[in-house]
Amino acid sequence: MSLRSPLGQAKGLGSAKEGVHHWWAQRVTAIALIPLTVWFAFKVAVLSMSDYNTVIECIGSPWSAALIVSLIVAAFYHAALGMQVIYEDYIGGKAMRIFAIMATNLLLFLLAAASIIAVVRIAVGG
Amino acid sequence: MAEFTLPKNSVVQKGKTYPAPAGATNIQVVEVYRWDPDSGENPRIDTYNLDLDTCGPMVLDAILKIKDEVDSTLTFRRSCREGICGSCSMNINGKNTLACTKDMSDIDGPIKIYPLPHMPVVKDIVPDLTHFYAQYASIKPWIQSTTPPPPDKERLQSKEDRAQLDGLYECILCACCSTSCPSYWWNGDRYLGPAILLQAYRWLADSRDENAGERLDELEDPFKLYRCHTIMNCTETCPKGLNPAKAIAEIKKLLVERKIA
Repeated sequence: MSLRSPLGQAKGLGSAKEGVHHWWAQRVTAIALIPLTVWFAFKVAVLSMSDYNTVIECIGSPWSAALIVSLIVAAFYHAALGMQVIYEDYIGGKAMRIFAIMATNLLLFLLAAASIIAVVRIAVGG
Repeated sequence: MAEFTLPKNSVVQKGKTYPAPAGATNIQVVEVYRWDPDSGENPRIDTYNLDLDTCGPMVLDAILKIKDEVDSTLTFRRSCREGICGSCSMNINGKNTLACTKDMSDIDGPIKIYPLPHMPVVKDIVPDLTHFYAQYASIKPWIQSTTPPPPDKERLQSKEDRAQLDGLYECILCACCSTSCPSYWWNGDRYLGPAILLQAYRWLADSRDENAGERLDELEDPFKLYRCHTIMNCTETCPKGLNPAKAIAEIKKLLVERKIA
């Protein structure tokens, strides 16, 4: 029960004055993912016929490694942005929502970091 | 939290049936959501059999006939009966629209009338729009300018600038669009919804207004604006044929333009 006026409730804490960056980054990563995913799928299809050494050599070449790392960054960043939107839509409890967003970001960051380290290791011949 | 099931005291039950008058041949079945806050009972669906030969053509005519001749306890809002006041917005056969401009001949089978979805109900098909109106007030829907108006005439606007308001100024704030939007259902406490955002853009697009920057500052918020995911229910349902989804997209474009372009 609150006697706060309807306008006071509607205005709430005001505007966060952010959101453009999130919205724009989600769209930029989405567009970047189209060529990167097509290239990666094509690469995997071609390499599926090759032996171990050819695959390692191909992934480790500077351009391939750079494109794979780009794909990893774009994909996991896009996933983090998208998951946040879903949580904001469907999780009403503030504490639960913040926890879900942070846990997801941590998980996606770890996955991205592990993926990038794997690619770099192949590239530098580790 | 998103709610997908009705609480126990909101489960809709079968109500009374009112037979058609003797000798009626052109009968239309009208099912109406009924709820009386004073009775303590669950909502129910009452069924009215109306004689269309003695009734006007619109859904609002049928509702008025029920009120006048069959069951005077039915509560609803109406005023202009010509689609300009926005009072008689309701959910008719699953779609939010104005009862006064909805032709009964466009509906096959029974006409099913419910209040606008996911709003608190005051009584029967009258929703509580207090928060909706407060959200409208929060966007300061009036001209804001520092330049004083000319002392001897109106603030002028070119024909091209005036044309920018077409498709925006026609909005009658009936709330059909906002209450059809899932994002507004789940986060309506903070999300402004399509109607209010279209109105916000109406002032951003007005060449006479000088506060676009402040208006955009107030709108840039993950909840106030960015709950819109271009679901398009708003545009699909608008009884005035407007496009709130496009207006919201224009606001997003302005924000990107301000930041990046």
